[in-house]
Amino acid sequence: MTAVSVQNLWKEYDGRVVLEHVSLEVAPHSFIALVGPSGCGKSTFLRMLLSAETPTRGQILVDGEQLPGEPTADRGVVFQRYSVFPHLTVLENVLIGLEFAASPLLGKLFGKARRKAREEAAGMLAAVGLGDFLALYPSQLSGGMQQRLAIAQALIKRPRVLLLDEPFGALDPGIRAEIHVLMLKLWRETRMTVFMVTHDLSEAFHLGTRVIAFDRPRNRPEERERYGATITHDLAIWPPKYPVADNETPPGGTTRPLDDAGAQPGRPGAGQ
Amino acid sequence: MHRRLINAYPSRGASLLLSALPFLLILLAYLAGSEARLAVNPNDKLLPAFSSIGAGFSRMAFEADKRTGDVLLWVDTAASLARLLAGLAIATVTAGLLGIAVGLLPYMRSTFSGFIAVVAMIPPLSVLPILFIIFGLGETAKVALIVIGITPMILRDMILRVEELPREIMVKAQTLGASTWQIALRVVVPQMLPRLIDSLRLSLGAAWLFLIAAEAIASQSGLGYRIFLLRRYLAMDVILPYVAWITLLAFLLDYGLRLLQARAFPWFVEGRKQR
Repeated sequence: MTAVSVQNLWKEYDGRVVLEHVSLEVAPHSFIALVGPSGCGKSTFLRMLLSAETPTRGQILVDGEQLPGEPTADRGVVFQRYSVFPHLTVLENVLIGLEFAASPLLGKLFGKARRKAREEAAGMLAAVGLGDFLALYPSQLSGGMQQRLAIAQALIKRPRVLLLDEPFGALDPGIRAEIHVLMLKLWRETRMTVFMVTHDLSEAFHLGTRVIAFDRPRNRPEERERYGATITHDLAIWPPKYPVADNETPPGGTTRPLDDAGAQPGRPGAGQ
Repeated sequence: MHRRLINAYPSRGASLLLSALPFLLILLAYLAGSEARLAVNPNDKLLPAFSSIGAGFSRMAFEADKRTGDVLLWVDTAASLARLLAGLAIATVTAGLLGIAVGLLPYMRSTFSGFIAVVAMIPPLSVLPILFIIFGLGETAKVALIVIGITPMILRDMILRVEELPREIMVKAQTLGASTWQIALRVVVPQMLPRLIDSLRLSLGAAWLFLIAAEAIASQSGLGYRIFLLRRYLAMDVILPYVAWITLLAFLLDYGLRLLQARAFPWFVEGRKQR
């Protein structure tokens, strides 16, 4: 359960303003979908959340603490491409996250420690539907399976915040719908806060608890240099999605309004 | 309607035949030239008949030399291969380690990239006299020439390959909690090894060049030494099979490296096919 606070963030490249005046309060366990036209800085924003880039001005707080200056294990990421290590098998790709933590010198586990870590990694892979493909290399997987692997790889570190940079953009609609179901399930189970950049509006509204649109309010050619993009729409999605697992009946009659949160993943419109 | 040439593929059999064709043509041209010259002058040394080439080769490969008692081809081959492999090994390890460090660490890059760019421009053969002066005429100078000749090439290639790794991969490794050392050890080095083999294969030609140059100038043994020695006697019947032998060794080395790459790094070969 992690809150994120973005305070008056600016990003400039060589005097060109890309983002300006970005302020955002994100409640714990949100699923934020970031949308907007190409080049409006939503991926830049995501990279700043990741500390892969530094803001020119402003700051980002995670649970009240300023972000460190480089990527860390508490913020996981899934990119559209190059998200997994091509030289490791499916199992090794997930195992390596555990090995980094447990073996500072070699980054590799042996014997009993390895068996234990292997079990955990295999369990995570089974949860994303890759239990039968442990020995394959990523190049032998389909695009959808590679993204499942990337998700498992990120989740094994139990990040507090998960950042998704157009993770499903290259997938077929059918595969995409399946992976949406999986994503919502994992989001509910892990209770992490998710930021997802997407070009697909239906995906944004289907997965997100809140959809945030970036755009340039001033977009005349002579203005483009000095004015950047900012948040132009901020929509909370109704009905709210509750942190309950798939097909699980929520505790009856307590605080639930009339909604169908449990059935969310199967909602029509998935993956269109 | 004929297909465009870019879409016309030979059948399997035709493909085999075509790949043999250039070799056959060269062979035929040589035979014709040799016949013509030998018809005019039976003692012609320039294009000896295949029979005398065979005799020359078997003399070198199977008979002990009268003066030294050694079978020269094998002694020469052993001496040359020892120099070549030592040079290749030293160059590969140095360039691999330094290249990965420079490609990965901004501090190393700032320190060395300018230096490497300048050093790589020194023509290695111009350093050979210096090497002979410093190391004497022994093995060290020859190995050093090979190392100096090919290290910059492999090194620059390695730096480029490391920098070419997708930014996403490096960020991903950090989000998995890896330290710089762990990233180098488990993410960068394993991905660089097959690329190092590529680089090594490309530098094999240069390595042989420097080996033979060093042997031609100052040596008591070696394949290069032998052919330059025999040049004085116009002994084409030995020089030609020696050149063919050197070519075969070079080819086998290249082929072996390719095989090693396919065996040891299946993911790399697989991924390359998809691109």
